[in-house]
Amino acid sequence: MSTHTLKITSHVRSVALAVVAVPLLFVAIAALQARIDVLSAPVTQDKEELVLRSASLLKKLSLGYDPLLADIYWTRAVQYYGTRLQNRSGSFELLAPLLNIAATLDPKLLIVYQFGGIFLSDHPPGGAGRPDLAVELVKRGITANPNEWRLYYNLGFIYYTRLKDYQKASRAFLEGSETPAAPLWMKFMAARVAENGESLETSRFIWAELYDSTKDESVRKTALEHVQELDAEIALKRLNQVSEVYWKKFGRFPTSMQELRSAGLVEGDLNDPAGYPYVMGPNGIPQLDPHSSVKIESQRKP
Amino acid sequence: MSTMPAVVAVHTFREAVRDRVLYNLIIFALMMIGGAILVGEISIGVQQMVIVNLGLSAISIFGIIMAIFIGVGLVHKEMEKRTLYSLLAKPIRRWEFLVGKFAGLLLTLLVNTALMTLGLTAALYYVSRTFERSEVAILVAVYFILLELALITALALFFSCFSSPLLSTLYTLGIYVAGVFALDIKGVGEYTQSPAMAAGARFVYYLLPNFHNFNVIAAAAHGETIPFTLIWHNTLYAALYVILILVAASAVFSGRNLK
Amino acid sequence: MTNAAIEIQGLTKDYPVGFWRKRMCRSLDYLTLRVEEGETFGFLGPNGAGKTTTMKLLMGLIFPTAGTARVRGRSIDDVRMHREIGYMPEQPYFYDYLTAGELLEYFARFFGYSAVERRERVTRFLELVGLTTASDVQLRKFSKGMLQRVGIAQAILHDPQVVFLDEPMSGLDPVGRREVRDVILNLKRQGRTVFFSTHILSDAEMLCDRVGVLVGGKLQGVGAPEELVSMEVLGMEILFEVRAGSAPPTSMAERATHTGNRYRIEVAEADLYSALEELRSCEARILSVAPLRPSLEDYFLKLVGREKALQPPTEMSLV
Repeated sequence: MSTHTLKITSHVRSVALAVVAVPLLFVAIAALQARIDVLSAPVTQDKEELVLRSASLLKKLSLGYDPLLADIYWTRAVQYYGTRLQNRSGSFELLAPLLNIAATLDPKLLIVYQFGGIFLSDHPPGGAGRPDLAVELVKRGITANPNEWRLYYNLGFIYYTRLKDYQKASRAFLEGSETPAAPLWMKFMAARVAENGESLETSRFIWAELYDSTKDESVRKTALEHVQELDAEIALKRLNQVSEVYWKKFGRFPTSMQELRSAGLVEGDLNDPAGYPYVMGPNGIPQLDPHSSVKIESQRKP
Repeated sequence: MSTMPAVVAVHTFREAVRDRVLYNLIIFALMMIGGAILVGEISIGVQQMVIVNLGLSAISIFGIIMAIFIGVGLVHKEMEKRTLYSLLAKPIRRWEFLVGKFAGLLLTLLVNTALMTLGLTAALYYVSRTFERSEVAILVAVYFILLELALITALALFFSCFSSPLLSTLYTLGIYVAGVFALDIKGVGEYTQSPAMAAGARFVYYLLPNFHNFNVIAAAAHGETIPFTLIWHNTLYAALYVILILVAASAVFSGRNLK
Repeated sequence: MTNAAIEIQGLTKDYPVGFWRKRMCRSLDYLTLRVEEGETFGFLGPNGAGKTTTMKLLMGLIFPTAGTARVRGRSIDDVRMHREIGYMPEQPYFYDYLTAGELLEYFARFFGYSAVERRERVTRFLELVGLTTASDVQLRKFSKGMLQRVGIAQAILHDPQVVFLDEPMSGLDPVGRREVRDVILNLKRQGRTVFFSTHILSDAEMLCDRVGVLVGGKLQGVGAPEELVSMEVLGMEILFEVRAGSAPPTSMAERATHTGNRYRIEVAEADLYSALEELRSCEARILSVAPLRPSLEDYFLKLVGREKALQPPTEMSLV
């Protein structure tokens, strides 16, 4: 009757061994896997992509699971970008193909066009430096999703910030403003850009809008950097104007921000978006603190 | 006493051979040579790469199909047909039986793969009339395919201990596909906002048998050398994982009441 | 005390039944049994009584819910026990694509014989079961009877001390059954212990030192066949032949059964001589006179009937 004493049968022994050995083995296997990942990266990963470059072939092979495969390729594109960015190896050759494959498999995956629009057009080391490919990709997106105002915005963005083609940028914003659900400011943007071409305030607006409209972390990071940079530039421009007023008044350039304050020409904190105070450079030209994390494009080292 | 697995292994091998499974080799070899001739129209450099790609992929696919189709019946068939009744009455432990079945199928796959590789080498030689350094990369790729097959065999055997061949096939294939896309699962985790999902994805990544580790077909096609450390690590990975699966299978099978 | 070849203590097996597998059905109920070395033991019982379950438990093919068993002092859990035992399953099935010779050769490998010894044994035992001519035929071509014989051969080719046979006579023609009987008698002569289950009670009566009757998972009676049945004489049987053209005495005509001229009648012991006198007067030829005793079969049927009467009607037993 007694089932209290456990007979040490061979079954019990096998189960005991399994309970002990299996977790231990899993730990060892996980550790091994981490090492293998490091070792095999140069050998396996990149080359994989080359073998299946044809998007249409992939579409056929995917047996109808296109959107799933699109997600996979999208994820790979992001990973690819991330690793390349970290390694600072500079070239992003496979980024366009990967994004194009994802777009072919699922043309409604909007994030692909947005991501591609920014990082294909951005110049190295942050991007591929290929605004032409970016434009091509976003135009594909527009063809597949003609009512998505955001895509027109992406297109306008590329023309404005990278290609400096204000006519085309304006036209993109205009077309976008005609889609349903487009925000009001798109029409105004179209007009302003057509009139003024590039301006710091417009650029700042465009980048800020990008920051607000996306949930993608890498995109937000870039947008924020640009917004901060433009804020600094706008602030410096105004400070420069103040400097000139000082010169008119006192006949010489100011040598520090303090002087401007004492003269009652500015008040309050004069800090850049990173919190570092602006400093007065030679000839009364205000500059960023050299320690600041904010960097101005024209002053950025290549 | 410790030769029991070997006895079962040899028997399993003979059963597989007599089951006409190895006759696909002839079909494959003919396909290979035929393919080589057809591709002969294109320039030499690409031709070799295509043959290596096609050949290694075929070896891999054939091997996987065989491993699964025979593997899922390894234990199930003996339980179903009751041949196990007279066998287990002999002085053999249940785990010795499992190891023997595993080794027998692995031996079959080894012979199969070796013969197919010979076919591939013959096709390459026919095309280029020389043996090049890229042969080594091909051999490493084949070795990695064998490691893959060992893992799949172990998985199929494990499921064979308690589920029908159809279900076992589905489970094994499922794990295989997941293992191939394991890197993407990890990627999803890295991309996602929620730390819980990221941790979950990482956990799944390390848990799954990562079959992508063994895929060096593209590298072999380019004739690249594969570092010895990777070979060693992959071998160890496959060995540990196989042991893990066999230990689990033994735990399940040793308590099973045979009908 | 330590001479027991087989010692079974309280061996019990429950199976989950029903769609949700929650109800337990007991197919073996606290079997306690002891078989001495050199004994030939018959395990009797109707279908589904639990005989095959008992064998499977002893072989480690299924695991007991409770209870223990030892064979030659070793627990059934111990793999070394299997060196000393042989087992023939009910309706054995072997690897289709092997020949009889290859199968025996395969099984022989588990016992560590040299190649020469293996070959010798295979030849010897194939001959013993009368399959020498079929040794290169694939098993998938074998008839049921031939498979039974292979089953016996593989059970004993390593000269085990204790042999377990599950329904060794089933599916055999009279010649086959006779051969199996001879094998068992031979094993008995060699001093081995034989434990076999069967339906055929006359075989059990003839071969066994002791029998055990299992009904509904419970052991109903154990003992030598003669002990189990009473020595009481139930009556007398007379076999006679009438002369061509004539009929048996009218008093017997209704009660007698016949084929052609040969008649059989049962009479009470007290009436024997008056019956013989009647037959003599009509010049019938007396062929034989024999006492009627209860057979093992009667005992058996009585046990089964009683058990069936005791059982609640809905209980279901599994083999």
